[in-house]
Amino acid sequence: MVTGLLGKKIGMTQVFKEDGTVVPVTVIKAGPCYVVMKRTVERDGYSAIQLGFEEVKEKALNKPLIGHFKKRNVPLLRYLREIRVDDPSILEGVEEGQVVTCEIFQVGEKVNVTGWTKGRGFQGVMKRHGMSGQRDSHGSRYHRVIGSIGMRKFPGRVHKGKRMPGHMGTNRVTIRNLEVVAVYPERNLLLVKGAVPGHRGSLVIIRKAG
Amino acid sequence: MSDDPIIELEKEFKESLKKGLSDFKVGDTVRVNFRIIEGDKERVQAFEGVVIRFSGAMHRRTFTVRKVSGGVAVERIFPLYSPKLESVEIIRRGRVRRARLYYLRKLYGKGARIKEKKGIRSSGE
Repeated sequence: MVTGLLGKKIGMTQVFKEDGTVVPVTVIKAGPCYVVMKRTVERDGYSAIQLGFEEVKEKALNKPLIGHFKKRNVPLLRYLREIRVDDPSILEGVEEGQVVTCEIFQVGEKVNVTGWTKGRGFQGVMKRHGMSGQRDSHGSRYHRVIGSIGMRKFPGRVHKGKRMPGHMGTNRVTIRNLEVVAVYPERNLLLVKGAVPGHRGSLVIIRKAG
Repeated sequence: MSDDPIIELEKEFKESLKKGLSDFKVGDTVRVNFRIIEGDKERVQAFEGVVIRFSGAMHRRTFTVRKVSGGVAVERIFPLYSPKLESVEIIRRGRVRRARLYYLRKLYGKGARIKEKKGIRSSGE
């Protein structure tokens, strides 16, 4: 059994449950994915499946990649990601070249969703670390800066890991235990409760939780 | 773009949740019958006031009803397509020239009255 899927974040909306409560959901175009390769302990030292997602034209890929797909008789694909599996027996019956769709998920099931957060560029300390900053008024000309970054002659240096301005975003983030609210296999759509990292159209990896 | 899956989904949600409510508009005085859960029982609670705005699109559409109860103004937002929304009775049609009646918040008593609209009465959604 394949325990994960690649997908694309489409955006967010909301659904009504039968009891009238509103659930915020992220719509993910999940699959169809192809099992491009199986990693085995004997050969690779770990067991996993390599999934491919989203078909592309031949000119989008280089020759080694084209060969990689042709060898297994799968279409040419844009994304290749591996889903690690601790117990190799789970992968019994999974063949290279097999198609995986969002039917592997059931409504109510919990999933972990991994993606890359939106890039925020170089950000100050208030946005990046949620610091308070300094006063805006009363003659202050010292508004959004970090303030003191240390003590005096002792320790005489700035502590390692001191939170400072810098690059923010574009981090690989996994949101765990999101509930699957709806599955539309014929449209390859997955509705997951809550937000998911990344901008619209970005690649997400959906894995069964636990 | 009609190939946006979200637009398609929302259209479907809207269709599936449609229930032929009266075509009340901004400025109308309405009685909203909304199901609430009280302890372990469910009953219908009525909320009567003036519709001051609609907001949102598709099945996410909501409307706000304002009433003054015992000198305290209360505004309540209802999701138009909520399964809990039983019905909306139109008590009085109002003639207003704005889509959002925020100016009512500054007015009270006689100043907060809305002229009644006479004539045209259409039905449907």
